[in-house]
Amino acid sequence: MATTDEIRDIVLKYVKDEYLEDEDQEVGYETPLISGGIVDSFSMVSLKRFVENKYKVQIPEDKATPEAFDTVTRIAALVQAFLEKKA
Amino acid sequence: MAFSDAVRAGFRKDLEGLKEAGIFKVERFIHSAQAADIEVEFPAGSPPRKAINMCANNYLGLSSHPEVVKAAHAGLDSRGYGMSSVRFICGTQDIHKELEGRMTAFLGTEDTILFPSCMDANAGVFEALLNESDVMISDRLVHASIIDGIRLCKAEHDTFKHANMEHLESKLELHKDKRLKVVITDGVFSMDGDTAPLGELVALCERRGAMVFVDDSHSTGFIGKTGRGTHEKYGVVGKIDIITTTFGKALGGASGGCVSGRREIVEMCRQRARPYLFSNTIAPVVVAGVLRVLDILAGSTERRDKLEKNAAYWRKGLTEAGFVLKEGDTPIVPVMLFNAKLSQDFSRDLFEHGIYAIGFFFPVVPKGAARIRTQISAGHETRHLDKALEAFIKVGKKHGILGKTKEEIVARYGA
Repeated sequence: MATTDEIRDIVLKYVKDEYLEDEDQEVGYETPLISGGIVDSFSMVSLKRFVENKYKVQIPEDKATPEAFDTVTRIAALVQAFLEKKA
Repeated sequence: MAFSDAVRAGFRKDLEGLKEAGIFKVERFIHSAQAADIEVEFPAGSPPRKAINMCANNYLGLSSHPEVVKAAHAGLDSRGYGMSSVRFICGTQDIHKELEGRMTAFLGTEDTILFPSCMDANAGVFEALLNESDVMISDRLVHASIIDGIRLCKAEHDTFKHANMEHLESKLELHKDKRLKVVITDGVFSMDGDTAPLGELVALCERRGAMVFVDDSHSTGFIGKTGRGTHEKYGVVGKIDIITTTFGKALGGASGGCVSGRREIVEMCRQRARPYLFSNTIAPVVVAGVLRVLDILAGSTERRDKLEKNAAYWRKGLTEAGFVLKEGDTPIVPVMLFNAKLSQDFSRDLFEHGIYAIGFFFPVVPKGAARIRTQISAGHETRHLDKALEAFIKVGKKHGILGKTKEEIVARYGA
């Protein structure tokens, strides 16, 4: 099973490729993505789909909240929790 | 009583939260007809003051044009005030069909259907056409009404980076197995005033087998050599499958909108689009006014030409004065201030100088991208623009931002 650190790095790379408009923008594990205006809640759908496809998990809508997806660390923790449940 | 004290307290708390976050909206009351010169009561209760309006969508200056007003009077006299019915029961007059035909000809499409507003057109169109087997891929900066329409539709949804064709292509590849693919964009983006690269976008969608949807609300009537819209500007008339647009901006500015495009798509909207089926359409008086607007536009390109000239004059003046602008060539000219509070202070100070222009900040625009959005009109004369520029320079000096770069403004005020 992927470690949380590995998941964090993969999610961070996806966030940079998918959402950053300008290369100077800095994003780290703890950068607020949705409340910080980097990912709008409407565009969050591709992030959810990415982690679901990548890790073969289903995150129900009530768990895929803007709060749960607000930082890379939180996303990785959420994915990890679903992976453990699956295992 | 269901609206208990606790419920009331809950809503009050929410409203206070909006005030604390600085996003509580306050209306300003205009005591005159919509035009370049208006009289504004602000704050509420204060005597109305004369101001130059620099923030209306009155691009062609037709909102209070005497010929449009006269035509609306005549329409009121001949077709009455209300329809008291939805379209398919007994709410369709000859002039509604006439306006649909005229818009089809104006936009160079196959057919058109009227909606009570463009907000309704965008809310209804996707659900009427698409299902779970399909995908909608939208530019990240599309208008809120499109977002609502997408949310109401069962098709899958994805977004692409603003005007980024490479990113769009990767999304079209990702969703290549879908039954129908619709790429969704604004023609002119209302907050930045830039245009979608429709030439490239149409070519890409043709190659990838996707339909193209364009909301041209901030374009219809003045973008392109004869004002047909962004599809005219980019030489793709007849290649946009779905255009939505409004009569609430350049085309008289009253209300109403439409979906115009492929015949079968329009017919599907007539059969299935809920805002069309379950709401009265545009009032006869407004239809009569819009028909006159289309006559005016058919007779001459004078108004859109003047608008283009005005916008270039305004942009040049602000640039020479040392403001940071969003680049573009439309009548939407955002003056970048970056800091939310500065945008509010700047707007207030402009009003003190008789200039009415509003500051926008997060969440309406991205964080750190606060601005005064100015909108130019063919109703502006050079004297309006000169007076507005004079006020912008005075207020710009007061806040020490003239000739300063983005980095310098952010260093002083924060993002």
